[in-house]
Amino acid sequence: MEAFRTLRSGAVPFARSNIDTDQILPARFLSRPRDDNHGAYLFRDLRLNPDGNEVTDFPLNQAHWRDARIVLGGRNFACGSSRENAVWALYDHGVRAVIAPSFGDIFANNSVKNGMLAVTLPEEIVASLIAQSVAEPGCEIAIDLPAQTITGPDGAVHRFEIDPFAKKSLLEGLDEMAFTLTHAEEIAAFEQRLGRDNF
Amino acid sequence: MASEPRTMFDKIWARHRVLEREDGQTLLYVDRHLVHDGSAPAFEMLRARGIAPRSPERIFATPDHYVPTDTRDVAEIANLEHRGMVEALERHAKESGFRLFGLKDGGQGIVHVVGPETGLSQPGMLIVCGDSHTSTHGALGALAFGIGSTEVAHVLGTQTLWQRKPRTMRITVTGRLGFGVTAKDVILAIIAEIGAAGASGHAIEYAGSAITGLSMEGRLTLCNMSIEAGGRAGMVAPDETTFAYLKGREYAPADWDLAVARWRELPSDPDAVFDREVILDGSAIAPMVTWGNSPEDALPITATLPDPALEPDAERAATIRANFDYMGLSADMALTEIRVDRVFIGSCTNGRIEDLRAAAEVARGRSVAPGVTAWVVPGSAPVKRQAEAEGLDRIFTEAGFAWREAGCSMCLGTNGEIAAPGERVASTSNRNFRGRQGPGARTHLLGPAMAAAAAVTGYLTDVRQMMAQA
Repeated sequence: MEAFRTLRSGAVPFARSNIDTDQILPARFLSRPRDDNHGAYLFRDLRLNPDGNEVTDFPLNQAHWRDARIVLGGRNFACGSSRENAVWALYDHGVRAVIAPSFGDIFANNSVKNGMLAVTLPEEIVASLIAQSVAEPGCEIAIDLPAQTITGPDGAVHRFEIDPFAKKSLLEGLDEMAFTLTHAEEIAAFEQRLGRDNF
Repeated sequence: MASEPRTMFDKIWARHRVLEREDGQTLLYVDRHLVHDGSAPAFEMLRARGIAPRSPERIFATPDHYVPTDTRDVAEIANLEHRGMVEALERHAKESGFRLFGLKDGGQGIVHVVGPETGLSQPGMLIVCGDSHTSTHGALGALAFGIGSTEVAHVLGTQTLWQRKPRTMRITVTGRLGFGVTAKDVILAIIAEIGAAGASGHAIEYAGSAITGLSMEGRLTLCNMSIEAGGRAGMVAPDETTFAYLKGREYAPADWDLAVARWRELPSDPDAVFDREVILDGSAIAPMVTWGNSPEDALPITATLPDPALEPDAERAATIRANFDYMGLSADMALTEIRVDRVFIGSCTNGRIEDLRAAAEVARGRSVAPGVTAWVVPGSAPVKRQAEAEGLDRIFTEAGFAWREAGCSMCLGTNGEIAAPGERVASTSNRNFRGRQGPGARTHLLGPAMAAAAAVTGYLTDVRQMMAQA
């Protein structure tokens, strides 16, 4: 997994609440292999008209946000289906961090496990970042994971909370399964202690 | 601290705790790992590490997402990618030696229908699956939740999962449900009340007389949609209804009396404290239907659509307008004025035998309205056989419904069974998201009897007017 430390980038705004993973990655692309570029399917039905032409006013299609590495989301961003493909679509497109007032639980877990930072900030702060990004498209946000801060285009610094292990995983590009396997003896001991039917 | 009153969630969590990291994350032991044909990427991740599943005896699999519902022959799956997903599952089952309920063995079905009906899902268990509707199994008093592909790989490789302990939330539904009101209406009413993110970060326990009065199948529907309220998991304390449901099922415990004695210890202690409490009056709930693109956009069938001009919150007003635009609706329409093109009865939410019985009761002796395409997709092969033994299939086909094989089908359409752009679907599934049932498709969520009523009238309809009151 690629490590994440700091990031400075434009931020593409998706202000609506309850944007779900079906929109981020429509179901008909779920059978594509991981090595296929999932960025091509990101928000496919919102980004492209049925004839294949771009929807001009969709944020990802606007020149100043095409290469944005940060997504600003609304409340309950990426709720719904557990499909990790939604994270792959954002990641393959180049997104490395998502900032929103709240997330679908499973999406937030999936993000960390793919080296993508999902930051929860209070609603008014996200609203202010979105307003700035819309007012001056392409303006940059800086994320400092070791310091746990986000600096808005206006220079205001916002501290964010992150699970310490998620932070360590992101900073080191840690392989969680390899870490867990170092505890194989404890897992075996647990099975031994509680038998086969622990319920 | 053993004398501290504990919630059911706390008790199950504690029993599955292998170890804790200094940051407070807990390594939990997984009793049952349910796998389906969308799990292929996780097996690839495991293969890339050169390791095999650690505990194949704890893995149970069935193809559901990619199977067509007009055939039981894998070779007949025309889309090569879809066929590849089903074949990959068969291959992984063979290589790793875990139990597969394959397309032809008669036990196949939607993974969240198969788990309970085989007795694989039991009180006190920790159950995970790479599908968000794993919350379904909490209806049996299990702790069950959906995970992503990387987590599926982690469970395959280690039989454990790292989790931060969620907060607890009790949703109590008091009183008695009215005539014609079902579990689907209860959960839609709950989500409308607390919002699609209302239970974020929480494990929900449902309680109260309106909940304990539900059948097991109703509880499965209720817990199924916990994820649509943002909940990590949803659960109902095991009781006589639970025990009666599980008894005699294929995977029910051999030492039944011992198991039941242990299960009786599970319910939350009387003084247990929840981080959040929500109380709803069950007797005030009417049959519900959604009109927008989030399950929280649900209203009683007797209602009219909201007027965004009267909505004080500007963002909410904009969302309503955007939903109207996508859904082809306008302010102040009565829900019963909405005409449907298709009806889908099935899914892990409402594809069980009771759901089909409820729909058949409405379909009996009636006909699907002209111009409406109506499908009944049983949740599993055993549900299909049971329905046929009861003659439900004939009631449906005589009324003009299509009678299909088991699978996820039009709930998410990964198998290619989708609605056309602009088509309006009355659906017993769980998500009315934009494009969920196909690009441009418009979904209204409702219960099975309500769906059957929509099929025969061609409009969203208050099914109570069509039901004989006992």
